[in-house]
Amino acid sequence: MSSVTSNSAVAARLASPSAGYGPVRIEPPRGWFKLRLEELWDYRELLYFYVWRDVKVRYKQTVIGIAWVVLQPLMTMGIFTLFFGRLAKLPSNGLPYPVFYFAALVPWVYFSTALQNCTSVVVDNQRVITKVYFPRLVLPLSAVVSGLVDFAIGFIVLLVVTAIYGIKPTLAVLWLPILLLLAVLTALGVGLWMSALNALYRDVRYVVPFLIQFWMFASPVAYPSSLVPQGWRWLYGLNPMAGVIDGFRWALTSHGVAPGPLMLVSASVVLVVLLSGLLFFQRMEGTVADRV
Amino acid sequence: MSTVVIQGEALGKSYHRGALQHSTLLRDHLSRMLKSPLSVFRRPKDDIFWALKDVSLEVREGEVLGLIGRNGSGKTTLLKILSRITKPTTGWAEIHGRVGSLLEVGTGFHPELTGRENTFLSGAILGMGKSEIKRKFDEIVAFAELEQFIDTPVKHYSSGMYIRLAFAVAAHLDPEILFVDEVLAVGDAAFQRKCLGKMGNVSRQGRTIILVSHNMAAIKALCSRCIILDKGGIEFAGPTDEATARYYAESLNMNGGSDLSSRLHQGNGKARFTAICIQPLSASGARVENAYPGCNLSVDVTVECAAPFAESNLAVIFYDSSGYRVIDTNTAQKGQFVSLRAGQTARANFLLHEVLLKPGKYFVGLWLGRDTLETIDDIEYATTLNFVENEETSRHSVVFPGMYLCRFEDTITIS
Repeated sequence: MSSVTSNSAVAARLASPSAGYGPVRIEPPRGWFKLRLEELWDYRELLYFYVWRDVKVRYKQTVIGIAWVVLQPLMTMGIFTLFFGRLAKLPSNGLPYPVFYFAALVPWVYFSTALQNCTSVVVDNQRVITKVYFPRLVLPLSAVVSGLVDFAIGFIVLLVVTAIYGIKPTLAVLWLPILLLLAVLTALGVGLWMSALNALYRDVRYVVPFLIQFWMFASPVAYPSSLVPQGWRWLYGLNPMAGVIDGFRWALTSHGVAPGPLMLVSASVVLVVLLSGLLFFQRMEGTVADRV
Repeated sequence: MSTVVIQGEALGKSYHRGALQHSTLLRDHLSRMLKSPLSVFRRPKDDIFWALKDVSLEVREGEVLGLIGRNGSGKTTLLKILSRITKPTTGWAEIHGRVGSLLEVGTGFHPELTGRENTFLSGAILGMGKSEIKRKFDEIVAFAELEQFIDTPVKHYSSGMYIRLAFAVAAHLDPEILFVDEVLAVGDAAFQRKCLGKMGNVSRQGRTIILVSHNMAAIKALCSRCIILDKGGIEFAGPTDEATARYYAESLNMNGGSDLSSRLHQGNGKARFTAICIQPLSASGARVENAYPGCNLSVDVTVECAAPFAESNLAVIFYDSSGYRVIDTNTAQKGQFVSLRAGQTARANFLLHEVLLKPGKYFVGLWLGRDTLETIDDIEYATTLNFVENEETSRHSVVFPGMYLCRFEDTITIS
């Protein structure tokens, strides 16, 4: 057809500088192994707006809004100190109990809220998804990124707490961004799987709190990882959050377990989960608007 | 000849009816898997429902295409596929240019955020960049007439304010291609006029628009071409006049009489046509069941007056199936004019003699007003009327083109 050959000229003329469009081809979903991440860059402003919206709405009406970000881990820290520390007398790597628990809780709370938000974000935004097009990946990404805002506030309080107990940071703090990245990628990887599954089966979101509870006890949040018998250490190390929590404590306080070769294992586990999550999510993306 | 910006070939969208009905709970799925493992893989063929089947279309740059059809005919599904909201099951489409889709008013609005914040959020979701929204912000607020309330949380807005803001944001989208799905149906009449005006501007700027609407006035005002969808397939594609007439033929589908309250009325509304009844009569005045060429027609029209008007002309108009005006009977032709006071009801009877229309489907329209000065009520398609063959007098049953059956005598001389 003659009209087809003129389309490339049309495409060239209509390509808008902001989006760099060529002709967009709409087809039935095909194949499993294609990652389409280029579009995400075009929608980066939308990602910013979603994060901005989440943060704004979270803090709009609650009087203790911002304070809650800090209060929650502080209160948990208090409870842990009382029950796990004083009563159960669990070891703490030589650290004062509050520091021991708080240093673990700040990254942990980030991870658990990011994972929970990520799971429900697609279904919660069903109205928008069924009316406008944008790469659906923006939604789980926004859930994972908006948690970082809360993390930042919690981290500042953490620094205050460590200062109060006279613990001085060392160069080891340079590990913190890497550990944070690992936590983010873990939350994103598992979150993508949960998010896609939740869009398909509405009750998946109720499984997640249990998953997180179990995960917390499988991570060295309330106890040091030295409690784990040597033989099981490798299995324990497969849990990426184990490495993150241990590493966080160690980076801030120089007490505990330094990141070791087990981190590489964790990192590869995370990469596998993340890649498979991305593929599964994008596979489901095409027809999610029909299901929500 | 302008270039093709939207091209679709054999687009289809199917759903598994079972999947829509069956529970979307993982535990149900798992328990089904345990009870009968193979049932998960078995999918009964007749459980498939095609919302769209084999739809192909071509839209050129600058065209305003109307997409009409009954509810459930697949219009929104087609728009969703072209907007990339959902993927087609079969076929493909190619779009050249930035797309803006207006499938709903207030996309992305969050009740806790202020009007200002929601403008940015909704604009971003609809596809505008941050700088673009900043640039157009004052225009948007002015269009919505919400300068005073722009910093109040949207949950405090009335529904009218909400709609005005939502549409104002959407109206300032600047895409090359715009898909609009029935959003013109919201809001009061003044606002609808404003929206139509804005749509018109957009089209005059050379943008391509696909408009889905049940508002025939809007379709006729804006669209050059229409596609009628029925049960997922294209039933007709062609010029707007023909398409709307044809669509009305399907949706009205009655013969001779009706209550007019659900019809599309235009005009200032001082009075309204409330009922029409058309009774075909034979030459002797006896009632007959169907109209036939040469019969008499008795047309009864009821008008109810809400506000007084004077010296107006009442007309009964007949159109053929392509929307061409064939007969115009009005009181002015007889020098008679109608004046009513508020609360009065008038009943007009028109007796048409020897209506020599060829067999076919005709539409009847009603008009009340004073020429070009004032239109009081105007119903373009009030009812339909079928003319059938007169078995007694017609010798040859094939209907040739043309609408008027003239009485004639013919003599043929052979030499």
